[in-house]
Amino acid sequence: MAVLGSINPILTAGLDGDRTWRLADYVSRGGYKSLRRIFADNLTPGDVIAEVKKSVLRGRGGAGFPTGLKWSFMPRALPGEKYLICNSDEGEPGTFKDRDLLSGNPHAVIEGMVIAAYAMGATRGYNYIHGEIWSLYERFEEALAEARAAGFVGQNILGSDFSFELFAHHGYGAYICGEETALLESIEGKKGQPRFKPPFPASFGLYGQPTTINNTETLASVPFILSMGGDAFLEAGKANNGGPKLFSVSGHVNRPGNYEVPMGTPFSTLLEMAGGVRGGRKLKAVIPGGSSAPVVPADLMMECTMDYDSIAKAGSMLGSGAVIVMDETTCMVRALERLSYFYYEESCGQCTPCREGTGWLYKIIHRIENGQGVPEDLETLQRLTGNIMGRTICALGDAASMPVQSFLKHFRDEFQYHIEHRQCLVPVDVQRAGSTFFTASA
Amino acid sequence: MPEIEIDGQLVQAPEGATIMEVAEQLGVYIPHFCYHKKLSIAANCRMCLVQVEKAAKPVPACATPATNGMKVFTHSSLAVKAQQGVMEFLLINHPLDCPICDQGGECQLQDLAVGYGAGASHYQEEKRVVFHKDAGSLISMQEMSRCIHCTRCVRFGQEIAGVMEFGMANRTMHSEIVTFLGRSVDSELSGNMIDLCPVGALTSKPFRFAARSWELSRLPSISLHDSVGANLTVQARNHRVMRVLPRENEAVNECWISDRDRFSYEGLNSPERLTKPMIRVDGQLREVEWSVALDYAAHGLRDIVARHGADEIAALAAPWSTLEEMHLLQKVVRGLGSGNVDFRPRRYDYAPSGVPAGARWLGMRIAELNELDTALVVGSFVRKDIPLFAQRLRQAAKHNGTRVTLISLGNDDPLMAMHEHVVVAPSELPAALARVVKAAALQCRVPVPAGLEAIVPDIPSEAIATSLRVRGRSMIFLGRVAVQHPHAVQIHVLAQHLSDITGANLGFFGDSGNIVGGYLSGALPSARNARTMFTDPRRAYVMLGIEPELDCHNPQLTLAALRQADLRIVLSPFISEAMREYADVLLPVAPFTETSGTFVNAEGRVQSFKGVVRPLGEARPAWKVLRVLGNLLNLDGFDQESSEEVRDAVLPPETLIDGEFASGLDNGIKLPIDPAALVSAKGVFERVADVPIYFSDPLVRRAPALQKTRDAAPPTARMSARTLAEAGLVAGAPVRLRQESIAGSGEAVLTAALDDGVPDGCVRVSAAHPATAALGDMFGTIQVEPV
Amino acid sequence: MLTPESLARIDREIAKYPVGQQQSAVMAALAIAQEAHGWLSPELIEEVAVYLGMPPVAALEVATFYNMYDLKPVGRYKLTVCTNLPCMLSGGVDALEYLQKKLGIGLDETTPDGRITLKQGECMGACGDAPVVLVNNRRMCASMTPAEIDRLLAELD
Ligand SMILES: Cc1cc2nc3c(=O)[nH]c(=O)nc-3n(C[C@H](O)[C@H](O)[C@H](O)COP(=O)(O)O)c2cc1C
Ligand code: SF4
Ligand code: FES
Repeated sequence: MAVLGSINPILTAGLDGDRTWRLADYVSRGGYKSLRRIFADNLTPGDVIAEVKKSVLRGRGGAGFPTGLKWSFMPRALPGEKYLICNSDEGEPGTFKDRDLLSGNPHAVIEGMVIAAYAMGATRGYNYIHGEIWSLYERFEEALAEARAAGFVGQNILGSDFSFELFAHHGYGAYICGEETALLESIEGKKGQPRFKPPFPASFGLYGQPTTINNTETLASVPFILSMGGDAFLEAGKANNGGPKLFSVSGHVNRPGNYEVPMGTPFSTLLEMAGGVRGGRKLKAVIPGGSSAPVVPADLMMECTMDYDSIAKAGSMLGSGAVIVMDETTCMVRALERLSYFYYEESCGQCTPCREGTGWLYKIIHRIENGQGVPEDLETLQRLTGNIMGRTICALGDAASMPVQSFLKHFRDEFQYHIEHRQCLVPVDVQRAGSTFFTASA
Repeated sequence: MPEIEIDGQLVQAPEGATIMEVAEQLGVYIPHFCYHKKLSIAANCRMCLVQVEKAAKPVPACATPATNGMKVFTHSSLAVKAQQGVMEFLLINHPLDCPICDQGGECQLQDLAVGYGAGASHYQEEKRVVFHKDAGSLISMQEMSRCIHCTRCVRFGQEIAGVMEFGMANRTMHSEIVTFLGRSVDSELSGNMIDLCPVGALTSKPFRFAARSWELSRLPSISLHDSVGANLTVQARNHRVMRVLPRENEAVNECWISDRDRFSYEGLNSPERLTKPMIRVDGQLREVEWSVALDYAAHGLRDIVARHGADEIAALAAPWSTLEEMHLLQKVVRGLGSGNVDFRPRRYDYAPSGVPAGARWLGMRIAELNELDTALVVGSFVRKDIPLFAQRLRQAAKHNGTRVTLISLGNDDPLMAMHEHVVVAPSELPAALARVVKAAALQCRVPVPAGLEAIVPDIPSEAIATSLRVRGRSMIFLGRVAVQHPHAVQIHVLAQHLSDITGANLGFFGDSGNIVGGYLSGALPSARNARTMFTDPRRAYVMLGIEPELDCHNPQLTLAALRQADLRIVLSPFISEAMREYADVLLPVAPFTETSGTFVNAEGRVQSFKGVVRPLGEARPAWKVLRVLGNLLNLDGFDQESSEEVRDAVLPPETLIDGEFASGLDNGIKLPIDPAALVSAKGVFERVADVPIYFSDPLVRRAPALQKTRDAAPPTARMSARTLAEAGLVAGAPVRLRQESIAGSGEAVLTAALDDGVPDGCVRVSAAHPATAALGDMFGTIQVEPV
Repeated sequence: MLTPESLARIDREIAKYPVGQQQSAVMAALAIAQEAHGWLSPELIEEVAVYLGMPPVAALEVATFYNMYDLKPVGRYKLTVCTNLPCMLSGGVDALEYLQKKLGIGLDETTPDGRITLKQGECMGACGDAPVVLVNNRRMCASMTPAEIDRLLAELD
């Protein structure tokens, strides 16, 4: 378990050792109590949704949409299959929190899913697990088997008349499948190409049936909301930003890893928990919410607290809570080049602005990084992102554009320097010093 | 109904309509590539972005539902900017080779680039290169770098053709259209993807580099290949047909045509075109002047009448002849005093004389196929027999939940959801239908028709009967096999009973292009029909537009009769090897593109057309040739000035329904059921003959590109594993097939092939192919032995 | 070509989905086929497609869409190194370069003895453990250093 630190942990409380993922261990931590309570206290689906609404839990997958509200969109009463999907396709660069939840606390995810299914009248569920974390897919299947055997999943759960079948589905290497409709296509056995919305999954989802998709961390929070109460969960965070949150801190810090802290914790605190900037160097910039979020320069970032509202005020997004820390050794052109390559490589190829635009963006930035940029390039980049943003089927187009726009906004001089001098503002040996690969072994 | 405003025009939008659909209705053009009214919405090209009041971003018109109070701006600066942005992206990787592109002049991308593209590209990077591919002889994939990823072709395959042959492999800008393992595209509707491709990525292989689109004349015409009567646009240059495209007619062919309709034009300029009249002199065919040939023909006919009587004359017209041609042919024959005339060369079984043969037709309008609740199709290789009916039923099954049932002689996949698919041997077909009739009678508690006493319904027949009975609009269709079957009349009688019992209507798919026109033309026999004129050989034959050795039910019989005759007059656009052997007079007549005329399609729609090019060489329209012949024979009533005059005499305009449909069509039959027809053959092998789609008529047989497709592969002797074993054969080995008829015995050596879709005890041997032309009846007994 | 074991595993996957939705098992089936055969030949893809009752080209679409399927033969061990930004900041690119030098091969190449194929990967959701190397799509090796890489290479026969 790579949760390296926490403040008032809830989701990750008690997660030390290798066996915390087992059913017995989870139950000893109070697991499945919330589910039992539903049937013991005859909580109606409406009660459950009300509690989740009270908690102001906002989706942890990136968009921060209020979970309770989302659940209320499901046409509960409609006959026929309804689906609940857990999105564990964590592929947003910088994000690795769901992996650790699946590793240490899979039963919290399962319990959260069963409760969510109960609240929405879902009959079947799938957990879509990122292909590269294969061992956790296998672990999840084992945990599922435990839960099934114990009567927490399947027909007539805990003797009630509520039934919910749950399965694991693995990805196989496509970032876009984290996008909820691409994920649905993928489960249907197709290429992961997002669908145009509307119709929204709540009315036309998996196999054309009503479907709700939630992030792993979102669902893992649900049992705790029921056990501690919506109000308490909200208070564990900050107004309008309910609960605790896992932050994945990566890049130039001394102790990269996951940290569970209350929403609203100052960034500086989080940075400190992660051991501060590597080698005591100077912080240059932070991408606070996964690679798609706009980059924030150091000074602005140091004033932020870690919650949706504060980060938004700084012109970025809390996103998935992936904090990518860059110190003074970072060449911002090279950093953006790598991100742009990612979006170009991961575009599903479906819609024109993204398919063509991401390739074009990358090619220009690659040229600049390689000393072949021309002054008009920056203008062109700006214009292209304008032609991509808001014009695509899914948000990958926006995700590819926001880094470009923000890097250009905050670090334009570095790009200009590259174009004028055909080399980097940050000397190469300084850049090298940023990586610990060779030094760590020394 | 939501009310929306588009560019200031207020309009009531149909419930659930998209902005694009409403705009189309209004006549407001919104640029687009991926959107196509017949395909599902992909919204991937993003060309149709428009501005909607209060929306933060431009929205794709093709995918955005029109909602009440919506205000749409399709040409505001925001919309145009968005569209221009998309156009720029589309062009960066697109080769700018319009001057040499086959699509030049008819390219949606080119058209829109002029309107929305910037003058010069800002794109300095290297363009993507996509390798060319081979998809068979019809579709060229030589220039795949031009693909703009609209996926219309992929969706067409999945949704319309019913088979996904194209896919989009890979992701990112490296996505590309592929077939699996570079296999050929084999759908009988594949050419439509050429039309759908908005750029020059998928182009017509036969047409490639043949002409520039703006050099071509475009004239309307009608396809002769099947009873759909698909509406065509024929494009020509210098009096040569260069290309055939669908002409949209929602009620007939929608915007589709089959590959047969599209690519058969290549046969028009076949080296086997007959371009000069010929007569046989001293055993040799000699080219002669028209007047000489016609004189010879007239003389010959008069001579036969004088010496042997008019009853020694028989005439057979191809069912793809025009209404006018068939009418004048029968007029000549009747004028001479003979009643031996027919237009149904593939038919075996005819209603006894005295039973009126009404003009058999679809029994409803073609467009209604999509609205049926139940369709029972009896005896049809439906996909290949009549591709566009299959396509409509496919859509009906998919979108309307139509229950489609097939009782057929092979399990060829119709590529649609089937309610039931019953596969039987030819001799069991009447009994299979009889079971449904009996099941229906029992279910409906009406008296079981006499003759069905011994019939026992089984589970499928019960299900089929129920499906016809329970809900909505039901039809029973008789397909090509049903009318060419040795018990065609009994099958018809059984279907009539089923219709009477269940209330489902009865219809005929029609086994050829102008079959309904044939019934209306008067070319029905009053003496010998298309079979008895050969079983009881005559001294003189007049053949119009067919190759009897390939187009008759029993070529063996037909050839024997022709060989013994004294006079054989052939009116044909083509000359075949067999004709060189037997014809005494060869009169070059014009194919459909070189003459005016009328086809009446399955639904009774009277479709007249004009020639689009002038006749090749000395070929002449057959109606004119027959008129002259009538005059030379001093017969009355051959002074028509135009084909229209002939048509109006046959189908007086005032008798047409709604001015376009023939009246008086009738599928009724009243005959007793004959229990002898319900007994299946025992202890013999039975032949199952399909008429392969690209061998169905002389024109398509001469179309080179179609002849290179998989559907044009030479016939094999297809048998189930069990039949192979029973016959002592192994797949791949040569097999000798023999069929007897009163004219003697005929044989063919083919390769044995394993096909478990063929009923046990049957051998599937296609008709209409030179390799099987020596054989006999399409569905008779056949002897099978290893070579 | 699919072994009875593979087919049994595929059947278990099919059972996860509603009746008639067996195409949903295509990703798993392709993964199982690849695991058994090393890579996905067109024939193998077609066999999977036929088994699941889907058009072969639809299975090909899937096989070419997702990164972890190999449509060309690869070495006995496929090493995928994440070089995305978070990993790059912590030596992901350096680790890849180290491997290239050590093995004497470039990206997407296989050692002449057919032992190892080298790939660059996108984010594996393990950024905190950078540099990471994924072995044969299955085993994630974290916090790699030159010494760790040497050890890993020695262990892969
Ligand atoms: C390109 C793209 C990638 C995404 N990747 C993920 C992901 O890896 N995990 C995730 O939970 N959500 C991801 N999302 C967001 C999902 O579409 C969806 O909003 C989310 O799973 C909903 O769950 P939540 O409401 O619990 O946050 C992605 C969205 C986009 C546009
Ligand atoms: S924005 Fe990109 S990833 Fe999303 S649908 Fe369009 S092409 Fe696919
Ligand atoms: S036509 Fe609307 S996105 Fe292509």
